[in-house]
Amino acid sequence: MNVLVLGLAITAAQVLLGCAMMFAIFRLLRGPRAQDRILGLDTLYINAMLMLLTFGMQTGRTLYFEAALIIALVGFCGTVALAKFLMRGEVVE
Amino acid sequence: MTRLVPHPLLTTCLLVMWLLLTQSVSPGQILLGGIVALIAGKTMALLRPDPVEIRSWRAVLRLTGIVAVDILRSNLAVGRIVALPSRRRRVSGFIRLPLAITNPYALTTLAIILTATPGTLWLQYNRTTGSLLLHVLDLVDEEEWIRLIKHRYERLLLEIFA
Amino acid sequence: MTQAPDLPLWAAILAAIFVLIGAGATFIGSMGLLRLKTFYERVHSPTMGTTLGTVCILLASACVSSVVHARFSVHEALIFLFVSLTTPVTLMLLARAALYRDRVAGDESVPVEDDRSN
Repeated sequence: MNVLVLGLAITAAQVLLGCAMMFAIFRLLRGPRAQDRILGLDTLYINAMLMLLTFGMQTGRTLYFEAALIIALVGFCGTVALAKFLMRGEVVE
Repeated sequence: MTRLVPHPLLTTCLLVMWLLLTQSVSPGQILLGGIVALIAGKTMALLRPDPVEIRSWRAVLRLTGIVAVDILRSNLAVGRIVALPSRRRRVSGFIRLPLAITNPYALTTLAIILTATPGTLWLQYNRTTGSLLLHVLDLVDEEEWIRLIKHRYERLLLEIFA
Repeated sequence: MTQAPDLPLWAAILAAIFVLIGAGATFIGSMGLLRLKTFYERVHSPTMGTTLGTVCILLASACVSSVVHARFSVHEALIFLFVSLTTPVTLMLLARAALYRDRVAGDESVPVEDDRSN
């Protein structure tokens, strides 16, 4: 019973997060401008990180947690580089 | 003390982060993390950043509480705007407001607070005039927003960072 | 199909509530990307996922792993720290880049640059 309650909740959360990722992908593909696409990408990686955390809860492994940590750090660098690129057209000045 | 540990706050935070990452408090990890944190503190001293001086820890706690409540409230407000069909016409727009704080750390904290709160977005700060450009999702009353930021956040930040 | 660790009832219900609130907030926040009209409005909504969504899912995760491993688990605080410090920075940079591009393109709807700027 306890397993069922938590299992259903986690599955429902994964469905919601999956839909959220689809919305982000829609914005990433659709645009219309470059800043919208980057915003979509930023949202996408945050949602993916949360999705990994729910997988970690499901399986009880810490591996997923570490993956989520790395996504949180690397995704940040990616978005900053892209935003910088929009501002001046060059990443390294 | 100050020569060995030039940035005590940074060093402590790094040590705590190290222990959280390794998920253990064994003497070996404390030693290793302590060495890394000390070296990082020394390296930071070479860069000579402006010293951070926190004058009132009580104000820090109060600000944290206020920000937590405000973030929760604006989450609900933005969620309502997005999820429910609105009856009245919602206006979003830019506002410009003058800031009294000049300390870079206080400005950074304010920028993070305002941007992390759904509904407000820090756009540009002008150092010479001290004016800040914000974007607000639900702009009902411009004066109300300016008063909120100046009263709730800026006063406490002035207390904290001098 | 449904797989989850076996927890005592209170922990299971607590974690279930937190994970659902967090996922719901993230879902609504991402839905804002579809429903809001302009870029500057859309920037606001994903912060729901990075504040309420992240905090609630991390709380659920901390609750589950504390009970499973029978020790107080707080390393989720690290993700909270990184996300809450980095998201404002990225959004600020992105919004400023958008502002810069709009000004260069001569968009009338964005405010002009302050003349007395440095």
